[in-house]
Amino acid sequence: MKFTLDWLKDHLDTEADVETVARAMTMAGLEVEDVIDPVAKLAPFTVARIVSAEQHPNADRLRVCQVETVDGMKEIVCGAPNARAGLVTIYAPIGAYVPGLGVTLVEKPVRGVVSNGMLCSASELELSDESDGILDLPGDLTVGRPAAGVFGAQPVIDFEVTPNRPDWLGVAGIARDLAAAGLGTLKTPAIEAVPGAFPSPLSIRIERPDLCAVFAGRLIRGVRNGPSPQWLQDRLRAIGLRPISALVDITNLVSYDRARPLHVYDASKLVGGELVARGGQSARDSGEPEHLIALDGKTYAPGPNACVIADAAGERPIGLGGVMGGESTGCDEATVDVFVESAWFDPLATAQTGRDLGIISDAQYRFARGVDPASVVPGLELATALILELCGGEPSEMVVAGEAPASPASFAFDPARVERLTGLEVGDEQIADILTALGFQIARGDHWIVTPPSWRRDVEGPADLVEEVARIVGYDALPSTPLPETQRAPSGVLSPRQARMRTARRALAALGWREAVTWSFTSRKIAQLFGGGDERLVLDNPIASDLDCMRPSALPNLIQAAARNAARGHADAALFEIGPVYAGDRPQDQTTTITGVLAPHAPRAWTGAPVDPLFALKADLLALLEELGAPVASLQLVQGQNPGWWHPGRSARLQLGPKAVVAQFGALHPGVLKALDADGPMLAFEIVLDTLPQPRAAKSGSKARPAAELSALMPLTRDFAFVAPEDLVAGDLMRAVQGADKALISEARLFDLYRGKGVDDGMKSLAVEVVIQPREATLTEAEIEALSTKIVAAADKLGARLRS
Amino acid sequence: MTDLAQLELDLIQAIGQTATTTEVEALRVQALGKTGTISGLLKGMGAMSPEERREKGPMINGLRDRVGAALAAKKAELEAAELDARLLAERIDLTLPAPPRRRGSVHPTMQVMDEMIALFAEMGFAVAEGPDIEDDFHNFTALNFPPKHPAREMHDTFFLKPDPETGERKVLRTHTSPVQIRAMRAGEKAPAPWIASGQEPPIRIIAPGRTFRKDSDATHTPMFHQIEGLVIDRDIHMGHLKGTLEAFVARFFEMDQVDARFRPHHFPFTEPSAEMDIRCDRSGGRLRLNEGEDWMEILGCGMVHPKVLIACGLDPDEWQGFAFGMGVDRLAMLKYGIPDLRPMFDADTRWLAHYGFSAFAAPNLATGLS
Repeated sequence: MKFTLDWLKDHLDTEADVETVARAMTMAGLEVEDVIDPVAKLAPFTVARIVSAEQHPNADRLRVCQVETVDGMKEIVCGAPNARAGLVTIYAPIGAYVPGLGVTLVEKPVRGVVSNGMLCSASELELSDESDGILDLPGDLTVGRPAAGVFGAQPVIDFEVTPNRPDWLGVAGIARDLAAAGLGTLKTPAIEAVPGAFPSPLSIRIERPDLCAVFAGRLIRGVRNGPSPQWLQDRLRAIGLRPISALVDITNLVSYDRARPLHVYDASKLVGGELVARGGQSARDSGEPEHLIALDGKTYAPGPNACVIADAAGERPIGLGGVMGGESTGCDEATVDVFVESAWFDPLATAQTGRDLGIISDAQYRFARGVDPASVVPGLELATALILELCGGEPSEMVVAGEAPASPASFAFDPARVERLTGLEVGDEQIADILTALGFQIARGDHWIVTPPSWRRDVEGPADLVEEVARIVGYDALPSTPLPETQRAPSGVLSPRQARMRTARRALAALGWREAVTWSFTSRKIAQLFGGGDERLVLDNPIASDLDCMRPSALPNLIQAAARNAARGHADAALFEIGPVYAGDRPQDQTTTITGVLAPHAPRAWTGAPVDPLFALKADLLALLEELGAPVASLQLVQGQNPGWWHPGRSARLQLGPKAVVAQFGALHPGVLKALDADGPMLAFEIVLDTLPQPRAAKSGSKARPAAELSALMPLTRDFAFVAPEDLVAGDLMRAVQGADKALISEARLFDLYRGKGVDDGMKSLAVEVVIQPREATLTEAEIEALSTKIVAAADKLGARLRS
Repeated sequence: MTDLAQLELDLIQAIGQTATTTEVEALRVQALGKTGTISGLLKGMGAMSPEERREKGPMINGLRDRVGAALAAKKAELEAAELDARLLAERIDLTLPAPPRRRGSVHPTMQVMDEMIALFAEMGFAVAEGPDIEDDFHNFTALNFPPKHPAREMHDTFFLKPDPETGERKVLRTHTSPVQIRAMRAGEKAPAPWIASGQEPPIRIIAPGRTFRKDSDATHTPMFHQIEGLVIDRDIHMGHLKGTLEAFVARFFEMDQVDARFRPHHFPFTEPSAEMDIRCDRSGGRLRLNEGEDWMEILGCGMVHPKVLIACGLDPDEWQGFAFGMGVDRLAMLKYGIPDLRPMFDADTRWLAHYGFSAFAAPNLATGLS
């Protein structure tokens, strides 16, 4: 919403400058977004008179002028064809910034003659887009008069109107709040009723009071509709509106002055004697919805819940009520008889019509937010007076159909509520003064009964009044009070799950993974590749077609991110994300995963091949699970059962049981990578945080740990080499070896895997170092021998023979 | 020259000529070993007369000591030389690079969330969570956005497809405020263990999380992060709101004090409502806090609207309190000089390396936030 300072001063008696007004507005909740101050821009410029203009000695087109200025007589070089003795124009001194040229004037010779300033054109002052020559002003202007005063330039304030305050869409409403805030005295001119000279030949009928509650109108005959006077045109232009004709300009003026939209019909173009407010309808025979060409020249098909104004016995649509008038009955220069409409259209219906038809107009914007229902008749009277003043004519009596919606209800208010809710100490008298200044009526007794004004339909209860008082007193006055001390959760504020997310984040970062945050969406096609894409998770209004579905996994986003990095020349991304995935649209369908994607392209190193990246990833995953307190030793590794987006031979899952899968890891399926335009191979892991069992300590609640068992006896090691068939997996062998004597064997480490010479085809050799921890006494050779026999027997059961 | 003197001379000479510790050892065995020459002389002393022993004993013992010492000295000398030679041979080029180690990092948004949680935890706030896919009731209606109300349009809401049976459209939450509702509705059982369950007042929570609006330009992304705050008790007023947020902002920006102002605003779910601005200077393309004449909005807040309390089953005559919400990504940008929002969600490893945080920079009150 834009308005000019002088417009405000029509309603508010104040000496405040534009900066003060802007500050007061912002601190009262009318947040100023911009102050455009042509006065400041024009400050260096003043009126001057050319005393003489001589031909420049060295240039045909230039003149050397002697100019009477605010700074005395000045010699100024001027190239304008109209520079002549006696011309009154505008002078810019050295040092002035000329906005239309974007330069600051410096003293320098022009073809050998020093110019001590500049004479300005309208475009150089940004008063118009183009100009031929310097300004030619009335001869009676005094030299030295500020240019800003000559051009009536006004500062413009642009501010944000919050949706609860449609009354701020009129300058009168802004002035009321500023007056309450102490910036001046409200002096909005009263509106006087204009008596009708004859009965209105047109009547009004409301068919749909749910769309249009009240509709007032009157005919004014014999008007002359030419261009509106300069002051009105200037006022509209200053706030970015285009002057059209006096009648239309008057409706715009009232709309911005009183937040009261109006519409004018050329009465000669109306058919029949009745205007009908009804819903959009379809042709009875064809079922074809009716069409209407609006004033913007576009054709609209209003639905059954859009308000249509119709003539010809309600048959011909001539306007979209509260939104835009129709082209067929619009006013133009030839209009002689005008019918003025002042109505109240339902806010929700008007908002819906605007959305459905894609129209935003000043009227639609105002009605959708809620116009003061009590302004129907006064608005029409004001428009009548302005039309009579600017266009002449003779008014009919007013016709009114329908009834204005009820005013906001009164309610009880305890002024002590102000302090209770805000901590502000404000006396009852001041509270009453503020509310009264804002238009509230107060009946003071044991309890106050407060009636909001008709234009404040947002005020429904005591809290709303507290806000009114607080914002007018000013939030600066609020005390700054620390929160009272409170009982703290003895074990910290994060739930174990929240704490785990934090641990996972920092553990992975320490292990060399970079945390990414990616969209919660992906494309439905991609979601389907990862087991998602359910209808219930598809967005109705996606921001882009490739972001139209909630993700079933963070994998696709991270794969695509790794691919983008590769395309930028960084092929070795190791990315992780801790975030939501969605299995359905219910709250419990959302789970949190810890997901990592690695593009295994570590740079070559002179030290030789590092560990196979898939096993490096496995190590990171196990280290992470260990950090998260997962029961790593009890996890089973199951290969070959991962879903289809994993490489069938190079992926596995870690589980506590078939229904308690804790993590999946491995290489991603090359076909899936191809579908995502990602160069493989890529490795990944995914932990479902919500299925990760709670750490034991968290379950029992005890922080105490069992006593440490630190043996005084030296552990010893023995190596075993087994030859086993290819299909015996290492994990089974290791488990068998370790299980051969759970009391004595503390660890078994596989340190060599060999195939080739000396080992039969289809077989492999696995070398294992077994760590033996004596418990009570040093083991004898015979005891060690017996243990070795048990180990060999356990391996043998699986088909692994001790290599000879 | 006596035989003994000759023997000593020969041995010392021989020791002097040895070049390896092995040769020294051979000489030692030859002279001092079991059958060595000097050992023989020592053994011979047993057969001597006491007079002869008195005369020759010291000479033989002296010979043994001197030769022994010479052998030891020579051995030490040779060992030192051999070690030197070995060490010289073992020299390697330590300018060779260490094996590359992948560097990891924490995302700045998450770092800032951890900072905020640390600060609010210290003020007694617990952390509550809610789902990203919300129903109309939690995201709008209970927060005093009536159906069809124009205020809803300000939110550029993402909708899921309507339910084929009920026609209900779920939304992607447009703010973290629905968690307020979940935390305040004491009768409502949480649909999942991680989701905030309703509790009786007093309530003091923050709710960080993802939020969504259908908006995409230089300063907006369709997904972003907010942190919500809610305090409900019998006598919490707007002064507490101001005090809490002023303290938070100063500590977040790690300053003694931040020049902040509160100004009236409108949110459907708070009354009175406010926005908090901080003083800043944007000249020269750099942002400096606490300087200049500009104000920058950093959060919205207010006293919880009575209708919201009622929707949650609380009596506004008994309970009151404040709520606030702020953009985490934006505050991360402000604090750490990150110029653009969009790269936050692009996972460019160069950007993550530049703006990311060390794993060990976990915010805490002992070492400072960052």
